[in-house]
Amino acid sequence: MKTVHIQYFAILREQRGVAEETRETNAPDAETLYRELAEAHDFTLPADRLRAAINGEFVPWPGPIENGDKIVFIPPVAGG
Amino acid sequence: MPCFRISTDPIDPEPFRSALAHPQAGACATFEGWVRNHNDGQSVESLEYEAYAELAEAEGQRILGEATAHFDLLAAEAVHRVGHLQIGELAVWVGVAAAHRGPAFDACRFIIDELKARVPIWKKEHYSTGASTWINCATKGDFAATSPPPGS
Repeated sequence: MKTVHIQYFAILREQRGVAEETRETNAPDAETLYRELAEAHDFTLPADRLRAAINGEFVPWPGPIENGDKIVFIPPVAGG
Repeated sequence: MPCFRISTDPIDPEPFRSALAHPQAGACATFEGWVRNHNDGQSVESLEYEAYAELAEAEGQRILGEATAHFDLLAAEAVHRVGHLQIGELAVWVGVAAAHRGPAFDACRFIIDELKARVPIWKKEHYSTGASTWINCATKGDFAATSPPPGS
């Protein structure tokens, strides 16, 4: 079991109802963690529309995670 | 040194424009993105922008660095607003300086296109009907089937 810190933005923040949380997980990677969270909180975005950032940098899926990682799921962006 | 920033306050372009000054510069191109009152046939009342500021600034900085190297720029600055914006407000400002106008125009276009595609900033449209939507995040069951692809 590892402990990770998750930050949510935009549509995910609204659907989760919080901007961040600490969670215990057995997920080996960010993609698996996202599927767990999506199931638990009815996230509408499929994993293949997201990117992930771990400890402040973009990482390609599936994005292996370690104990203590800071994980951010990035919905499709829309700046400008 | 090019600089990309996320701003929670209204953008005043003047200090950014001044930062472009360079004795070898013969051209300055700037782009302003404004909040418009319609999108996709819907009447828009306001826009909410949210950013993962830390990574947005790092990625924006990378884009300015790429543009500087590729287009041989003398200076590049950009700033993107976050928060709840009203119609007509300045959402994003991009400015570059180069020896000649060709690279200045091209770099300005490159930067705004890359910012829109890569930087973790999100936009929620609030419509006159009272409804609201996170742009590019529609899924089956709402507008996904009819929405244009991102960036269109």
